[in-house]
Amino acid sequence: MRDFAPGSVHPALQRLEDEGLPVGEERGGGRAYRLTERGRAHLSERAQPCSGDPQIHLHDSGGGRMSAVTVKGLKKTYGKVEAVKGVDFEVRPGEVFGFLGPNGAGKTTTISMLCTLVNPTGGSASVAGHDVVRERDEVRRNIGLVFQDPTLDGYLTAEQNLRFHAELYGVPKQLVADRIRQVMEMVALWDRKDAKVMTFSGGMKRRLEIARGLLHSPRVLFLDEPTVGLDPQTRSAIWGYINKLRHKEDITIFMTTHYMDEAEYCDRIAIIDHGEIVVIDSPEALKASVGKDRVQIHTGDDALAIVALRDRFGIEAAVHEGAVTFAVASGEEFVPRLFAELGLSIKSVSVSRPSLDDVFMSYTGSTIRDAESGSGNEWMKAMARR
Amino acid sequence: MAADVANVRIPARGTGHDLRAIKVVLHREMLRFLSDRTRMLSMLIQPVLWLFVMGTGLGTLVSGSIPGVDFRTFMYPGMISMTVIMTAMFSAGSIVWDREFGFLREMLVAPVSRGAIVVGKCLGGAVVACGQGLIILAMAGLVGVPYSPGLMLTLLGEMFLAAFTITAFGVTLAARMRNMQTFFGLMQMAIMPMMFLSGAMFPLANLPSWLHVLTTVNPLTYAVDPMRQAVFAHLDIPPQVNAVLNPGVEWFGWQVPVGVELGLVALVGAALLGIAVAQFKRAD
Repeated sequence: MRDFAPGSVHPALQRLEDEGLPVGEERGGGRAYRLTERGRAHLSERAQPCSGDPQIHLHDSGGGRMSAVTVKGLKKTYGKVEAVKGVDFEVRPGEVFGFLGPNGAGKTTTISMLCTLVNPTGGSASVAGHDVVRERDEVRRNIGLVFQDPTLDGYLTAEQNLRFHAELYGVPKQLVADRIRQVMEMVALWDRKDAKVMTFSGGMKRRLEIARGLLHSPRVLFLDEPTVGLDPQTRSAIWGYINKLRHKEDITIFMTTHYMDEAEYCDRIAIIDHGEIVVIDSPEALKASVGKDRVQIHTGDDALAIVALRDRFGIEAAVHEGAVTFAVASGEEFVPRLFAELGLSIKSVSVSRPSLDDVFMSYTGSTIRDAESGSGNEWMKAMARR
Repeated sequence: MAADVANVRIPARGTGHDLRAIKVVLHREMLRFLSDRTRMLSMLIQPVLWLFVMGTGLGTLVSGSIPGVDFRTFMYPGMISMTVIMTAMFSAGSIVWDREFGFLREMLVAPVSRGAIVVGKCLGGAVVACGQGLIILAMAGLVGVPYSPGLMLTLLGEMFLAAFTITAFGVTLAARMRNMQTFFGLMQMAIMPMMFLSGAMFPLANLPSWLHVLTTVNPLTYAVDPMRQAVFAHLDIPPQVNAVLNPGVEWFGWQVPVGVELGLVALVGAALLGIAVAQFKRAD
């Protein structure tokens, strides 16, 4: 894994430039590197593994191993609604692959198709080398699934829940007891094995479900929003278990999330919006591709501030999360100029390194929170235009 | 620490695995039933009310026309079937519950045949219903039915068959349903008329012809009649009263034997089972 200094040109982009594809332009004093629309299209096209340029991946685990998940043109329509509009991607064995997108972007539908619960309308997908439509049983034997909402039996004990799962999956009888103990210890629930699940907290239930998903040693573990609705402490505990799991078991993890901070844990993420994959890459590479610091300011008149930023600095700003937001190459150096030249009173200012929020914004044109609260977004835009 | 079993290898699917799956679905059904005391109680109160309150009340009214027989004795096999039917239907309804609360998905992503899940469910419904029926069997003495082992075993077997078929019916209904209210609404609509027309509540002799036709085409009739035949075979009743209370079922003047009736119930059950499995095989 390589790190890039903020502001430097992402090697992937550089390579495209070297090939004679102008993907970006220098703006505002040399270090700001802005993706042009065309460049963005090139990048997202290139960044998709299926389009067949293996060099573009920053850490290719390659070596000819069969991919854990291969998806080609996968599509699902419900009536007139296109939930998933033909996505292509590949998940490599052993990686943690994240699907990042707002609610309703098509994450759960995709996962349901990969897990054989929903039939695709078009395209194809294989998991652990087996086709999800033609070889359902083979796929089912090789996957573990943790659903978005708990699917445990509250009136049964934790151990009984796992035992039933073992029976359902045909885990060899002589291994069942040991394996149950092993997975329960992994999520630190062994001492609660005889408690009824209805007495468990939300976090404990989720941990038990992860243990259950692992019970039959799946090759691919699907986690659909594994930490949604949990408090931050429990969320980080769950991530602790997932990380431990990666080292302990030979497993590929495919997860969906709409939490940016969780996407950071993934080796690679696919940003999905309105049923389409916008870009796929490692979080570092994605952040580097944005290459700029994010500056948010609060002013007395946001609309005026946006106009002033455009006139004086040539910067396009917009209101996001209630603050005037824009990107510059070097935030710390820009702030003194901002105060000196903006000509408006600034109440507060914050500068942040490129985060996945910025990546999301740069590729989809809105923050993930804006994307989720559609009406609020419109209102903010209206406010910004005034 | 049991650290040496890190990788479980699941063997390919076979009959053994499907049998294990049937067993676990059945086991879960039983545990769920046992954990829900309220449901158990409410399922029992209904037939007891019918038997001892309605039966006693109506009994005083009709005692003149059926000399030598307690009306409650007549109602007894009907009430067994009613208990069994209600319990079986509720068991089937649990599929909707499982769907609503996600456990159905846990079963559906498992590498087992859909058939195993449905058969497990139906067996579960049948076993649970028989458990409930056993309690009614225990009350036999209170309504003048002898505790003969042969009779008890026959009734138990017939109960099982009826319950299996009804659960299969319920599962077929429930296969595509998304919420409990719809299911129970539909269940009431389907089960109530079938129950009324089955001979569980009143004798099927001397009915107006339109009603008679309806009772003959009602599949439940063929589940209730064998139980009544079995009970009445162990009672000492004057033939003219027997003819009124236990007329059996006739097809164009041919008295349908109990064996055929049971075979018919089994056939309907198998057909419904097939439909239910087919419905679960279809993915969304």
